[in-house]
Amino acid sequence: MSNQPMGNQTNIWPLWEVFVRSSRGLSHVHAGSLHAPDAEMALRNARDLYTRRNEGVSIWVVPSEAITASDPDAKGSFFESPQGKDYRHATYYTKSEGVKHL
Amino acid sequence: MAAAPLQPVAAEASEEDRAGQAAFDRIIADDSRIEPTDWMPEAYRKTLTRQISQHAHSEIIGMQPEANWITRAPSLKRKSILMAKVQDEAGHGLYLYSAAETLGTPRDVLNQQLLDGKAKYSSIFNYPARSWADMGAIGWLVDGAAIANQVPLCRASYGPYGRAMVRICKEESFHQRQGFEILLELSHGTPEQKKMAQDAVNRFYAPALMMFGPPDDDSPNSKQSMAWNIKRFSNDELRQRFVGMIAEQVKVLGLTLPDPELRFDEETGKWIHMELDWQEFKDVIAGRGPCNAQRLERRREAHANGAWVREAARAYAQKAGQRKMQKAGAA
Repeated sequence: MSNQPMGNQTNIWPLWEVFVRSSRGLSHVHAGSLHAPDAEMALRNARDLYTRRNEGVSIWVVPSEAITASDPDAKGSFFESPQGKDYRHATYYTKSEGVKHL
Repeated sequence: MAAAPLQPVAAEASEEDRAGQAAFDRIIADDSRIEPTDWMPEAYRKTLTRQISQHAHSEIIGMQPEANWITRAPSLKRKSILMAKVQDEAGHGLYLYSAAETLGTPRDVLNQQLLDGKAKYSSIFNYPARSWADMGAIGWLVDGAAIANQVPLCRASYGPYGRAMVRICKEESFHQRQGFEILLELSHGTPEQKKMAQDAVNRFYAPALMMFGPPDDDSPNSKQSMAWNIKRFSNDELRQRFVGMIAEQVKVLGLTLPDPELRFDEETGKWIHMELDWQEFKDVIAGRGPCNAQRLERRREAHANGAWVREAARAYAQKAGQRKMQKAGAA
């Protein structure tokens, strides 16, 4: 397949990940990604693309390359196994059940 | 997100592939979601890249039949609505390219496949929009069929695709309603207007039903897609469900569907519709529809005409970056 965009330039704008805060007091949540030449234009594009219906009061854009993700194959060893550690949950303590305000 | 590079298919599965396949099978069996950094079979990646990019291309090409009517909308209200809808289609295309890209193929490669005429998109957009009533029929029937198709895709096993579909479905319901209301207004207007509405419904009925794809016994990829939890219902199942919905809705419009065989079969609990012209479907997909050449030509032209915008944005970003550095140096 030809990889020659029409026009004279072939390099693509960098990829940005977009995070939108839907209202004050909530976290920014990943909405998707877009291409833009710099951070300011990424913000403007993100506003046009991901908040056409008042979906947000704040947007973050982050260069996709700047994100380091955990290795999905390392699930078992990377995330501590909850096995045998029930005592970290309040539900482990049954004798106090029924005691008020506890 | 930075996706894993495409892995060449090894003649013999490595230890890693076997472990990856086992984890993949478990996730699918649990009806859970696959994410971009997970191991996935090459065929799964390829199928999804094709399906999501075709879906994105359909949204982008789908802007054209309606955009042609923006300047001729009968009122300012209708014009504003139509512009918002066409803008949504552009947005939907971008959500989907964003999802497709997580599978490892860059966006400009996908875009180039469309411009080169090598990629497919929904056959429905190769039919002309001849009258204002077509804006109604497209919203009601075409967007209606798209919604029936897309709602189950919100649960597709590939995470980024499912999430894009959730966003799209939320926005799509306004599209169908505005179309329905255009037809409703016309069908309660003058006899000429009612005739125009009926004519639009007549022309879009069969092509809209064909949007669900070929019949189940002629849809070779469906089985694998269902096994992978990408597709949840068969083409025929979704089609008969959709026919049942519009068979009721058309009564509210005071119009009729051009289908003498349409009936509800008590025995099977399914809707029966007329035989569709699958040769026509294949011809349109293969590029021999009424508007294929025109649609692609328009897309190429729009892309070429936008070149200066892309260049200007790049130059602006460069200049702004330099200015920032100078400022930082001076301080």
